[in-house]
Amino acid sequence: MKVIIVGGGKTTYFLSRNFTSKGYEVVIINRNKEESIKLARQLSAMVICGDGSNIQVLKEAGIMGADAILAITPNDQDNLVICQLASLKFDVPRTVALANDPNNTEIFEKLGVSAFSTTHIVSSLIEQRVSLEHILNLLPVSEGKVNVTEIVLEKSSPFVGKALKYIELPENSLIAVLIRDNKPIVPRGNNDLKAGDRLVLITLPDNHGAVLKAFTGEGK
Amino acid sequence: MKNPKLDSKYIIVIGCGRLGSYLASYLSANGNSVVVIDKNENSFNDLSVDFSGFKIDGDATQLSVLKKAKMKNADILIATTLEDNINLMVAQVAKKVFHVPKVLARVFDPKREEVYAQLGISTISPTSVAAEIFIDEVNKPNTQDGTEQ
Repeated sequence: MKVIIVGGGKTTYFLSRNFTSKGYEVVIINRNKEESIKLARQLSAMVICGDGSNIQVLKEAGIMGADAILAITPNDQDNLVICQLASLKFDVPRTVALANDPNNTEIFEKLGVSAFSTTHIVSSLIEQRVSLEHILNLLPVSEGKVNVTEIVLEKSSPFVGKALKYIELPENSLIAVLIRDNKPIVPRGNNDLKAGDRLVLITLPDNHGAVLKAFTGEGK
Repeated sequence: MKNPKLDSKYIIVIGCGRLGSYLASYLSANGNSVVVIDKNENSFNDLSVDFSGFKIDGDATQLSVLKKAKMKNADILIATTLEDNINLMVAQVAKKVFHVPKVLARVFDPKREEVYAQLGISTISPTSVAAEIFIDEVNKPNTQDGTEQ
């Protein structure tokens, strides 16, 4: 697999190291001469100093045979154009652009470029981890369309002491696994819930908040 | 923002450099409602005294700035900044997100221009335009005093 990274800074450095360690061929395009020299010294990747939205520079980086291109410069307009050139002119199968302005994520998608926003990712991580210490988001499945969340049942929860079959869960939610004293149980209707149980919940983003509230007893 | 005059259009000009300020001043003087956007407030000094439109000091690659300029009401968008990529991005946003009927972008790099023609973005490349004029002149038969025939 051949990956082209356009950008600089620590992100480029660590991504390149990560990809190289997986055996990918990495080419970096960086505008700044000094940074290019530094990256070339530190990494085994090929580094090209130039404007990543310049067709000639992309050719030099071997874009013809690239499997993916990542545009992570601090300028959204550059990231967009880099990805569009890569996919429209050179048929690069996978292109990803960083949207520095979180609002641009949606716009890039509308313009046919897949995009991510660090602001979005970091803020949602913070919200998920910090706001409720006893609730831990394990992983978003299927691009965030399904959430898998771990929750520790507190004494104050309205569900403590109840058997599962008497608990009314909001629609589209499920207790997938119950972990008690480090022993996982796939619960049935007759299992009851105790304070201190760790529950692995499956929810959809629409009802995620409502389900968590039902379990913590908040908002009642 | 619709102007009462029939032939008047709502035009947004991105970039208030030599080209942008000239266009904005000209279009405004001709009775259009013009909004000009530039990152650098000082560049508005280049607008002529006839300019009666709005000036927005901001980065046109930010959606909020374009919303502030009421992009969805615009009849025409002209992107004239010195950066090809800004012009290409704003032009696409205008066309695909705000559905502005007429979108024009200045693109210096003729190779980049080709690609965007595919996407239906009307681009004007000063490089190609100048090259054509030069080539025309070169191909003209010589006259003694150098004037056109």
